Amino acid sequence: MPEPAGAANPENSVWRIAGRLKLVFLFAALAVLPYLLSYSQQEIAVLLVVNVLLVCSYRLMTLTGEWSLGHVVIMGVGAYASALLSKRLGMPVPVSMLAGGIVAAGTSAILSFPLFRMKGFYFLIGSFAAGEIIRLIWKRFTDPFGGPKGLKRIDAFPDIDTGFLSIDFYEPVNYYFLALVVVSASLFVLYRIERSRIGLTFHAIHWQDRLAESVGVDTFRYRTLAFVIASFFAGIAGGLYGHYVGAVNPTRFGVDQMVYVLVWAIVGGTATFHGPILGVVVLTVINEIVLRGLGLDTVRPLIYGAILILSVLYLPDGLESVGPRLRAWVQRRRAGPAAAGGGAA
Amino acid sequence: MNAPGEGPILEAPILEARGLTRRFGGLVAVDDFSFTVREGAIHGLIGPNGAGKTTTFNVISGFYAPTAGQVLYRGRDISGRKTSALAAMGLVRTFQGSTLFQEFTVLDNVRVGRHLSAGAGFVSRLLGADRASERAADARARENLAFFGLQDLADEPVSNLPHGHQRMLGMAVALAAEPSVLLLDEPFTGMNPEETRRMMDLVRRIRDRGVTVMLVEHDMQAVMNLCDIITVMNFGALLVEGAPDDVRNDPAVIEAYLGAATDNGAGHAA
Ligand SMILES: Nc1ncnc2c1ncn2[C@@H]1O[C@H](COP(=O)(O)OP(=O)(O)OP(=O)(O)O)[C@@H](O)[C@H]1O
Ligand SMILES: [Mg+2]
Repeated sequence: MPEPAGAANPENSVWRIAGRLKLVFLFAALAVLPYLLSYSQQEIAVLLVVNVLLVCSYRLMTLTGEWSLGHVVIMGVGAYASALLSKRLGMPVPVSMLAGGIVAAGTSAILSFPLFRMKGFYFLIGSFAAGEIIRLIWKRFTDPFGGPKGLKRIDAFPDIDTGFLSIDFYEPVNYYFLALVVVSASLFVLYRIERSRIGLTFHAIHWQDRLAESVGVDTFRYRTLAFVIASFFAGIAGGLYGHYVGAVNPTRFGVDQMVYVLVWAIVGGTATFHGPILGVVVLTVINEIVLRGLGLDTVRPLIYGAILILSVLYLPDGLESVGPRLRAWVQRRRAGPAAAGGGAA
Repeated sequence: MNAPGEGPILEAPILEARGLTRRFGGLVAVDDFSFTVREGAIHGLIGPNGAGKTTTFNVISGFYAPTAGQVLYRGRDISGRKTSALAAMGLVRTFQGSTLFQEFTVLDNVRVGRHLSAGAGFVSRLLGADRASERAADARARENLAFFGLQDLADEPVSNLPHGHQRMLGMAVALAAEPSVLLLDEPFTGMNPEETRRMMDLVRRIRDRGVTVMLVEHDMQAVMNLCDIITVMNFGALLVEGAPDDVRNDPAVIEAYLGAATDNGAGHAA
């Protein structure tokens, strides 16, 4: 396992500093990025940042070994809840977003009672069914969910105006930075959870739930915990999405969207924290630049399917395995001649 | 507990099965089975292949609910309770075959074993405020490894360990949960005689620390040497119970094992 949670690896300070530096560079690049993009590309960048949170929260859930088909619907629960709470109850949008996350988490806490009676394939189907029921509820009850057309004119994130500094979040650049802050903070929390004993326990349940249970791990509770945490952050992603786009509807959270999340996660790889991020970033770039450029975006599902099949066949450990493999290859190349040369010191 | 040098003083029952029955469809794997394990004992559970020993452990440890009958732990009815809840009460089992977190390091396996004693709240884990309790858990995990002589392998991936060491690690994980009653399912399987001798010694030391041990084992020499009392089961039901010497010479036991031996072409009876 590439990232044994809370592993006993020595805390080498040089590597930690190098790691921090890398993060600094990454954030610097992310800060410059929107200014290099066109307006429509900035809009895509906002959605990409939201999708990073969606797929990373999904990965946390998969740590316990259960793959859900309801994650995008749970994101929708957050989006609907935040939209309604701000629209109907006049809750300020930042608060309603947080509340949307909590409603999403609560929904999955309730769902975990029927769902975690099942495992593996049955859980997968069960989560799909649960998601479809939620979507039916949105479609069926026009009040308050707006029926098949969904909710429109969702409140925008309030402008910040302090006199000398005013930020209008209608501008994609500004919303991009807002999303970046929220998503970075969320990813930090997700990372901390995985590196703590909680993450170790999630992994343990994945690999041997019977052994984990026999030493006192309440596997039901921990599976629920993973589900609830993942759903909370999916709900936050939903809120970020809804208040940016301004409209949500049941189709937006349909199974085809779920398939995209699965493809991002599988193509990126789920063994490391950064795997799914790689997946969503690379596929979005391919999608927006290559497909749109070639005018192929109408056959997007087909191309995604092909990419999925190709990556399962030729890159079964995902994009996350490319870096380490390249590094190993370079090291072998370097070691090769030296070893063959023998002799001189 | 028992005084050293005097042999085990058999005390009050700590674990009891009363009319325990477990059916799988039409098959009765455990059939109206009763026994009593006294505190501080090393209690053997033997029987031919398919007699229902593992099923009995699975029912006691909460993996299966009993179809009928009861399991009592310290006099309390615990039948049908969750495995994790039973572990928290001090009832911990090991598995037949190597059941480990194969993808973890040796140390991480035992760290999971310390789940119950390494408690901390969600928020303190997030903030890293669990550092002190985690460090303590780490130290205790290393002690658990050292008890089995595995301390130098702490950072190895489990998959690098030879079979005998994996069996020991399985016990180390169980012991890390600080049980009062330890159920061992075939702890000596696949071990060479030297390893078996060492393991027997370790089982005795575990008992001397105050842990009651119930063990299923096919290595008859080991069972006879180690156990204070032996329960023999056949076809899911009680056949004989008694001290090793009585059981060894019991015609019903010999008959059961010989019968199994001729059925299978090869028996385990040593
Ligand atoms: N989950 C199950 N479903 C159906 N039948 C089962 C199940 N578990 C055990 N059995 C059956 O119950 C009987 C008892 O099996 P069990 O594993 O308890 O025997 P055992 O005494 O542990 O044997 P061994 O010495 O080979 O380990 C066997 O006939 C077995 O096939
Ligand atoms: Mg067995």
